[in-house]
Amino acid sequence: MSQSYNRGTVEDFGRWREFSAGMWAWIFHKFTGWVLVGYLFTHIAVLSTSLGGAELYTNTLQGLEALLVVRFLEVGLLAVAVFHILNGIRLLMVDLGVGLEAQDKSFYASLVLTGAIVVASIPTFLGGPLA
Amino acid sequence: MAEHYSSFERGGRRWLFQRLTAVFLIGVLAFHFMLLHFVNHAADITFAGTQARMGQWSYFATMWLFLVTATFHGVNGVYNALINQGISGSQKTAVKYVLVVAGLLLVAQGTRVALAMNGLI
Repeated sequence: MSQSYNRGTVEDFGRWREFSAGMWAWIFHKFTGWVLVGYLFTHIAVLSTSLGGAELYTNTLQGLEALLVVRFLEVGLLAVAVFHILNGIRLLMVDLGVGLEAQDKSFYASLVLTGAIVVASIPTFLGGPLA
Repeated sequence: MAEHYSSFERGGRRWLFQRLTAVFLIGVLAFHFMLLHFVNHAADITFAGTQARMGQWSYFATMWLFLVTATFHGVNGVYNALINQGISGSQKTAVKYVLVVAGLLLVAQGTRVALAMNGLI
């Protein structure tokens, strides 16, 4: 039987200074999840321009991509998606009981790997013609 | 429980489907980002290019399943996040139905979009 600790509830955010790695992972996973589901609805709304014809769709997508702020938002989206994927793999492992003793280290690894992938992707996301 | 912070009641159906959709989404979301930002630059996307991709039935089916699983995973995740915040009773029932309707509308609209991209409507 594993030892248990009473760390209080993660919903009590006023105690954030006392949060452990697993609690931060939970909060980051929630936050990135909210962003991704919000983006999903926005994404389908933008892609709905395809119902208005080829020209409207192409002009809308290329018009958005011509804005620097959109490129930066896409980098942010990438960061959010990569962290959610990596921490999601970590959660699946936790649920399967694999590597429980290293769950804090795997959270830090998710953060570091997310940072590395995002930094390496910046030239691709910001490259190409802008308005 | 100290070391395990899950939003879900473990062993339930919603817990299981959240995990099953997660496994699919891990692969397909990474593929989606790679294809539409690295293989094809997002700034170069045109309707003709989208139509060519969506004209392949395997790609069309993958993207439609992506829509359905992402919607379920997202809406189910939001529902659990709100339960974690302590909603219960009629509030919980109202949230459930709003999310179910929102999810169904998103899948319906996404399906229309997919069919338009495929050239069927």
